Amino acid sequence: MPTPASNVHWLPAAAEPTPLLELVAVDKSYGAQQVIDGLSLRLLPGECLGLIGPNGAGKTTTIQLCLGLAQPDAGSIRLMGLAVPPMARQARQRVGVVTQFDSLDPDFTVEENLLVFGRYFGLRDAELRQRLPRLLEFAALQAKAKARISELSGGMRRRLSLARAMVNDPALIFLDEPTTGLDPQARHLIWERLKLLTAQGKSLLLTTHFMDEAERLCDRILVLDHGRRIAEDTPRALIAAQVEAEVIEIDGDGLDAAEALLRPLVSRLERSGDGLFAYSDHAAEALRVLEALPGLRVIHRRANLEDVFLKLTGRQLRD
Amino acid sequence: MPPTDSVERRRLRFVAIWQRNFLVWKKLAVPSLMGNIAEPLITLVAFGFGVGSLIGQVHGVPYIEFLASGAICMSVMMAASFEALYSAFSRMHVQKTWDAIRVTPTSLDDIVLGELTWAASKALLSGVAILAVIVALGISREWTLLLALPLLLLTGLVFSAIGLIVNAKAKGYDFFTYYFTLVLTPMTFLSGVYFPLSALPLPLQWLAQALPLHAAVELVRPLFFGQIDRNALLHLAVLVADLLLAWWLARGLTRQRFRA
Repeated sequence: MPTPASNVHWLPAAAEPTPLLELVAVDKSYGAQQVIDGLSLRLLPGECLGLIGPNGAGKTTTIQLCLGLAQPDAGSIRLMGLAVPPMARQARQRVGVVTQFDSLDPDFTVEENLLVFGRYFGLRDAELRQRLPRLLEFAALQAKAKARISELSGGMRRRLSLARAMVNDPALIFLDEPTTGLDPQARHLIWERLKLLTAQGKSLLLTTHFMDEAERLCDRILVLDHGRRIAEDTPRALIAAQVEAEVIEIDGDGLDAAEALLRPLVSRLERSGDGLFAYSDHAAEALRVLEALPGLRVIHRRANLEDVFLKLTGRQLRD
Repeated sequence: MPPTDSVERRRLRFVAIWQRNFLVWKKLAVPSLMGNIAEPLITLVAFGFGVGSLIGQVHGVPYIEFLASGAICMSVMMAASFEALYSAFSRMHVQKTWDAIRVTPTSLDDIVLGELTWAASKALLSGVAILAVIVALGISREWTLLLALPLLLLTGLVFSAIGLIVNAKAKGYDFFTYYFTLVLTPMTFLSGVYFPLSALPLPLQWLAQALPLHAAVELVRPLFFGQIDRNALLHLAVLVADLLLAWWLARGLTRQRFRA
């Protein structure tokens, strides 16, 4: 940041850029169930914000609210500087959306899907035809331009969904679980494309429950549970602040003995089904003790975002 | 982020929806047009000439002309209803095409208006196909038939709008069977398509005055004989009022369906 001359006092402080998205104290209930509870968040230009949380935490509802497709009960939402829901339609002009389930048009080919979708933004056909080659390249679907949607694999459909969300050259793209249901190869290709977008200065709001995905892509992560923000920071800072540095995963025969031995040596122990998780900032002593118990399978690793997630939202199933 | 980025080109947003449906239709245009022509051709030949030869004249006109002028309105009604029910429901509920569009600057109201104009266009096309058959068979070749075109479009709009009301409340395709058998079929019999209204009891004749299909038939039938209906303005008013009311309901109920 440039340092302003010290005697110039009347200049406004170096203004923070206008957020592309800003939620302030938003509430949303469906019937008696409160789905979003006092949620505030902001997304600055060029940022990738990850929204993580268990099933039913309110991730998809948050996106619906941001787009003006759901009405908030309280609070304020601004998208691209415009008030939502009243100006949502105008705000969506520079927004791209990749929904959780592919909503490609089955009546059309790959190319037609892009063309027809562009018209919904008021783009002219000539302009769209110019953009098509780049979009197809982005989706790595040049060879499939004339293929019908039913001929595409899951990974290809996802890539087309992503390319379709780019048709209006959006400044901000919402991605609702963009890699759910994809194989590792397809997932890596999507990640690569998303990194390309952030490198181009696009802003992303990403929901996921793959912690490696969030850790890899997001500048900032907001942990959502029961519609509330329970933590928000960079992935590294979240790990540093929320969990111990090292994790020992133990399973096999003799878990009770291991638990008794480890209790005084580690800062936190968790028993989950037939596994034991030990968290510590200095695991060396604990690992030495475990060598005395040969029936166990021991994995020693660094703590990651998944540990943060499980600590914050618990291990019980959410359905 | 400059607000100018959000400024849209001025346009009629519903047109993109119409174009989408047209592009799908174009892929199947030939079989679709064949159906549009074959169906009325068969009906007119079988009923018009067949039944007509038994009946001879109805109210002083040949039965084939009486039937053709009613059948064209009925076909427009059916074409509009099929499109606004089965096809629109597929796009709305089954294929989730509407959900994909709703994240763009094209809003739900635009989608419903696009579906309305599309269903009416398809209905008009079906009317034009029948008109071509009528002229080709020489059933009528009056110049006043040209006036039928805007009337058929209006009729198509009315039944598309009513269809979209049913669509907005539909839980599944089964729901539409009730609409066809309990609403449209009786309306056909009450609107003087196959036989004159005077064959019906008086209370039913009064009821018929409020039906859009009856208004359409009353308007279109005289055009087959080079005449214009004496009560044309009244019937037009019924159709326009039905259209406005049905559109208002269809839009409101669709908004309600998608309210979240």
